[in-house]
Amino acid sequence: MIIKTAEDLKKVKEEALDEATARINDGTQIMVGMGTCGIAAGAREVMAKIMEEVGKRNLKVAITWTGCIGMCEKEVLVDVIRPDSKRITYGNVTPQVVQRIITEHVINGNIVEDYVVGKLDK
Amino acid sequence: MQIYRGHVLVCTGTGCVSSGSRKVKAEMEKQLEAFKLEQEIKVVETGCHGFCEMGPIVIVYPEGIFYCQVKPEDVKEIVEEHLLKGRPVKRLMFKDRITEEMVPHYNDIDFYKKQNRIVLRNCGFINPENIKEYIARGGYEALAKALTEMTPEQVIEEVKASGLRGRGGGGFPTGLKWGFARAAKGDKKYVICNADEGDPGAFMDRSILEGDPHALIEGMAIAGYAIGADEGYIYVRAEYPLAIKRLKIAIAQAHEMGLLGEDIFGSGFNFKLNIKEGAGAFVCGEETALIASIEGRRGEPRVRPPFPANKGLWGKPSNVNNVETFANVSRIIVNGSQWFASMGTEKSKGTKVFALTGKVKNTGLAEVTMGLTLREIIFDIGGGIINNKKFKAVQIGGPSGGCIPEQLLDLPIDYDSLIQAGAMMGSGGLVVMDEDTCMVELARFFLNFTQLESCGKCTPCREGTKIMLDILERITKGEGKEGDIELLESLAVTIKSTALCGLGQTAPNPVLATLRYFRDEYEAHIKEKRCPAGVCSALASYTILEDKCKGCTACARVCPVQAISGEVKKPHKIDNSKCIRCGACMETCKFSAIIKK
Repeated sequence: MIIKTAEDLKKVKEEALDEATARINDGTQIMVGMGTCGIAAGAREVMAKIMEEVGKRNLKVAITWTGCIGMCEKEVLVDVIRPDSKRITYGNVTPQVVQRIITEHVINGNIVEDYVVGKLDK
Repeated sequence: MQIYRGHVLVCTGTGCVSSGSRKVKAEMEKQLEAFKLEQEIKVVETGCHGFCEMGPIVIVYPEGIFYCQVKPEDVKEIVEEHLLKGRPVKRLMFKDRITEEMVPHYNDIDFYKKQNRIVLRNCGFINPENIKEYIARGGYEALAKALTEMTPEQVIEEVKASGLRGRGGGGFPTGLKWGFARAAKGDKKYVICNADEGDPGAFMDRSILEGDPHALIEGMAIAGYAIGADEGYIYVRAEYPLAIKRLKIAIAQAHEMGLLGEDIFGSGFNFKLNIKEGAGAFVCGEETALIASIEGRRGEPRVRPPFPANKGLWGKPSNVNNVETFANVSRIIVNGSQWFASMGTEKSKGTKVFALTGKVKNTGLAEVTMGLTLREIIFDIGGGIINNKKFKAVQIGGPSGGCIPEQLLDLPIDYDSLIQAGAMMGSGGLVVMDEDTCMVELARFFLNFTQLESCGKCTPCREGTKIMLDILERITKGEGKEGDIELLESLAVTIKSTALCGLGQTAPNPVLATLRYFRDEYEAHIKEKRCPAGVCSALASYTILEDKCKGCTACARVCPVQAISGEVKKPHKIDNSKCIRCGACMETCKFSAIIKK
């Protein structure tokens, strides 16, 4: 596209920022436990679903991943860290639960209490 | 839009490419496919991170985990352990030299902690071949602001108020220079970028060109608007193929998006850029020689005035600045002159990028606020001297600069303090030397460089540097005479005041600075025929330590001139009248019984 005004430049910047969310981000973070236990319990599918949802809704969210954190029987574990609140850990997450976490918590800020296994101050 | 949960940044600056980063990148792509992660993780090529010592460098985002010295065979582990299972690979992280702990994050490494990255802020963070990544970081906002909200005079005032001075070496106030070119009468004007980085050991301009080429383009376009030029030239040496390639890509992308070309931001301002590849002559870093070279003539300087601001390229008013100077401009326009002027010392504002090389642990690029001390740069950022040897001096400003000895390590660095100390900022090359460096030999080395690079147009430089070099060569060979030092000094002063251009005027600096701080070494060479650092082989003498010698006869057997004698199992002796100082005995001795003095 041809940039003719400062507004045009801003539009291109916003698009470009979307593509660079993994690097430039200070907002919400979703973290998936990807230890052997997590992967065995379906963390790959959960990750794929999270990426699909985030991509579909064009959310500015950093998707990170971590190793086993020791609560293996509750895997798949997913943490949602919003800049303004506690770090919430969800357990037994399936692709279906992902959808709820994204729409209720990530977008609207309402914690999905049914699946919460831990709340941490950051 | 395809989203990726992670970005793997692989450094493809020249330093990391030569240590194998292309293979690492290819292997990374292969392994991501093998683990079916290619839709989730994106591999991004970046420019130089500055920490070239530790290359190839790989950084994984969003966490920002910093891996160094990554080999292709390490890649599978990174992919499987870190990218798939979320367990960063500790053994590939940077190991702190003091605590020996692994440091996972970029910003926690000592090398980066004391830096203030303004010019280098995008280097190593964005893909230089993708204009959108530059725009994502606020790129071209300065150009938009200048063209749509400011008059050319306001741009010049802003640059003046910031206190920005030329980063190529001279330190002339940039805003003032722009003002001269603006005031010059003419329907056609040019903006020229001097990217003819020729100092041995300097590579900051190359890293900017390779890592963030749009920063230069944006700075040049703003300068064009300020002085009233619609065309620019980037004079870059042909030895920088990667820099040229990325510049070409960047210029083409900027044209496609209308950020170069006609009627930019609908302001009626036109600007286009050309690249001129230089053949690598040091003298072409001098602005009038550079202009002659662009015009297709021999790269020879001419008398100034007239200055390029009035009569430059093809006789038209031209403004010449260095890469780093232009790269500062967009930051000043966006953040304001106050912000820029708040950093640094009274007369030197902002930051300076230094290229750390020589006997220092962390070689690489360091951008620091003006006024930091050499000690902080060499010991805190640079990590100190290799093999924990003793620091002797640092050559600053390349062959045009001078050396700074240990007693001045706490000198806050800015343009003026360095001139007072007998050195100069130059382009910012820092060559660190340890106790094993001979200062006479050092002066000879740099003078040999400038002598070879002298274009020969003016007599003081052509003949004067040759005579100085002859004298230095004699001294290092042990043939120095009484009066040599005085002759060197008198020649140096004459050349400095009579040479035509900066090359000749600064060529004697390394000799004057070493004479100023290490005169005793010159005297030892001349009067005692001794090289205190043990470097000048013609002056070295080898001795066998009796208490360490086992009488194994290895040295006597290897000596090509039978200068070593002695009985088996008894200490040997060297006959210094026969010895040709080849050093073969010392290399052969297994008991460290032979020393060189």
